[in-house]
Amino acid sequence: MDLQPVWDWFRWLYEATGIKLTIFYDDFDRSRFFNGFLTSVRLMGVCLVASVAIGIVGAWLQGARSHLVRLVVQAYIQFFRNTPPLVQLYFFYFALGSYLRITNENGLSVPLVGNFAWAAICLSFYAGAFNVEIFRAGIEAVPRQTIEAAESLGYSRLKAYLYVILPLAFRISLPALNNNLVNLIKTTTISYAIAVPEMLYVANQIWSDEVNVPEMMNVLLVVYVSLVGLLVWAMSRWERAMRVPGWGVS
Amino acid sequence: MSWTPKEPIVSVRDVHKRFGAVEVLKGVSFDVMKGEVICIIGPSGSGKSTLLRCINALVPIEQGSILVEGQEVHDPALDKLALRRKVGMVFQQYNLFPHKTALQNVMMAPLHVLKQDKAEVEARARRLIKKVRLEGKEDAYPGELSGGQQQRVAIARSLAMSPDVMLFDEVTAALDPETVKEVLVTIRELAAEGMTCLLVTHEMGFARELADHIYFTDRGVIVEHGPPAEFFANAKDPRTRQFLSQIL
Amino acid sequence: MIRQSRTDLPVLGPLPPVLSYGGLSSAARREGLQLRPIHGAVLFLGLVLACGVAEAQTEPGQPGIVATILKWTPLLASGFALNIAISFIAMAIGTAAGFLLGIGQISLVKPLRKSAWFVTQFFRNSPWLVLLFYCMLLLPFEIVVGRTVIPLPDWIKATIGLALPVMANVSELVRGAIQSIPYGQWESAESLAFTRRQTLWMIILPQCIRRMTPPWMNLYAILTVATPLASIVGVNEAMTLTQDALAAEGRNELLVPMYFYLLAWFFIYCYPIARATQALERRTAVK
Repeated sequence: MDLQPVWDWFRWLYEATGIKLTIFYDDFDRSRFFNGFLTSVRLMGVCLVASVAIGIVGAWLQGARSHLVRLVVQAYIQFFRNTPPLVQLYFFYFALGSYLRITNENGLSVPLVGNFAWAAICLSFYAGAFNVEIFRAGIEAVPRQTIEAAESLGYSRLKAYLYVILPLAFRISLPALNNNLVNLIKTTTISYAIAVPEMLYVANQIWSDEVNVPEMMNVLLVVYVSLVGLLVWAMSRWERAMRVPGWGVS
Repeated sequence: MSWTPKEPIVSVRDVHKRFGAVEVLKGVSFDVMKGEVICIIGPSGSGKSTLLRCINALVPIEQGSILVEGQEVHDPALDKLALRRKVGMVFQQYNLFPHKTALQNVMMAPLHVLKQDKAEVEARARRLIKKVRLEGKEDAYPGELSGGQQQRVAIARSLAMSPDVMLFDEVTAALDPETVKEVLVTIRELAAEGMTCLLVTHEMGFARELADHIYFTDRGVIVEHGPPAEFFANAKDPRTRQFLSQIL
Repeated sequence: MIRQSRTDLPVLGPLPPVLSYGGLSSAARREGLQLRPIHGAVLFLGLVLACGVAEAQTEPGQPGIVATILKWTPLLASGFALNIAISFIAMAIGTAAGFLLGIGQISLVKPLRKSAWFVTQFFRNSPWLVLLFYCMLLLPFEIVVGRTVIPLPDWIKATIGLALPVMANVSELVRGAIQSIPYGQWESAESLAFTRRQTLWMIILPQCIRRMTPPWMNLYAILTVATPLASIVGVNEAMTLTQDALAAEGRNELLVPMYFYLLAWFFIYCYPIARATQALERRTAVK
């Protein structure tokens, strides 16, 4: 599909009104903004999946018999919940990153983990800490009687967990999970601070070059609100598809 | 248009009400004279509670008229404050204000709505609390009272506005069997004092004993009505008979 | 029950109030997100460990790690004081504006209700950092009202930028709390001839305050941990000053302990708030 008329229209818009949306009619700006957008979406995707995985594993570990395991999981949750995500990111990237270096074939010391990867790790652990709590609250909300009923029917503990508790707990957790994932999407912007070329970072470059701060700001806000809207829409469809009459949040 | 006590104190004429596609009242008419006790009975979903809410202008009606002391309730120019001073309402779920004590619940409306003198309002509120046999519970919060006690505070709260007509919307339906009685005693005393009462109720024994007139509603219409002795002894309509056979 | 209407876009907040789970058992409420002193101890242990490791790496002749950290502590504390000031002011502005916006969301006037909803959703779903940039770059450096010139230094602009999402979240809190009050309360107040305004102020809102306090405190904690974002836009708060200190020292082994030290400051400040929030949540859940 040829989009040239669209780009031309934006150029005309600039000439007619002074609204300078170079990301549409300037090839260079368009491609770097698009790449920034893709980087953001990739970062979001990786973190969504990883944080949910951390949440499930963490909730499972919290039910462990070992006091030490539970303590470690609790400490992890409280540490990430009560400290600034930005400082966490700096801590990972600058502090830990200064140790994790290898020497490449040219004999130069290079970081083992790149900035995109650090952002992904840090944000996943940050959102994952909240997800652990969300899943655990869901598991605990399953009435004791339901579990007893399953066990009285001869289910083993593991099978009762798999076939009865988890499906119910997951439904209870969905609204809270939904909120947290939206929060995660918005928090990905902090990777700007370690120069991950995501949308905010790229937008900053563009408005520095083109001096079109208000335009780029509004573009950013619209794109982020749309991305959040998309996630909310997808999650609510999912939630509706999984709804069981008379169970969970009405 | 001035109203005299010889005319009906509440006059309902051909009232229609719908919620969306569902018509809950399909032309209801009846009169209530001053001092009368009217019981409205019928299966759930027959529009009884909606009817009471219409009389108090809590929900608007589409068609028909409701006169209270000769005043049209659904006249847009109506002074709702004046209407609500005349008509008190007690709800199934008591709806006490949980952040206020029993005494404060009774005092609030006269103080803030009628702007009456505080000392006078307090004296009256204490009398009313005594009247509903809750002396000593003035400073209790609703959360500290039983259902029956809360309901009696709710009755006192309505009485504090000195209404001429009281509407009771299934006031015992949410109560434990043992506390039902104390609420009924309070209503009985009110009726004996000559208060005009409209009750929506499932307490058939109470209706038979207390009511001057019984109305049976089903699916938005009044199917049958009459004085209790007659109504319970020889109901004519098959729907009434079926309902009575299920409930008695 | 607090529930979100379908049109709602959800919050940035971490956990929504426990109330929002349909049938959360009392056990879950009790054990929900408990912070125990042990967590503080673990953090402290981490700090000591980090210092120890770094100390071992210190080259002979250089001042010790602990001494260096102590040397920079007064500067860091002054930066942290600015973080707290920003969080207080942003919370105050955001709460006042959000309260009005929340009341607007239940207005009977449709255009007002719709626009309040739109403003709320827009600011609630925009990234905090983008809003911060927005305010930094688009607010003037001073405002002229008649003859008086009110300067707007960077930190004030950052505060306004942080107050915007707070406003949107408070607005949702207020709306949610009002809508969670049973409808019978409105109805019985109306039957007692209270006006809508009287009902709202005397009957509904007083009941909301208790429900709103725990999530409101939670929001404050979120805001506090968001204040270092201001460092990205050049405000001299604790994060910026830490980086300055690190640059001045230029010692690699300082990185881990210094960042850990900064994290500890925030943890120590937010920890009691989180505990108090949980205690309050438990108390309101019982009633």
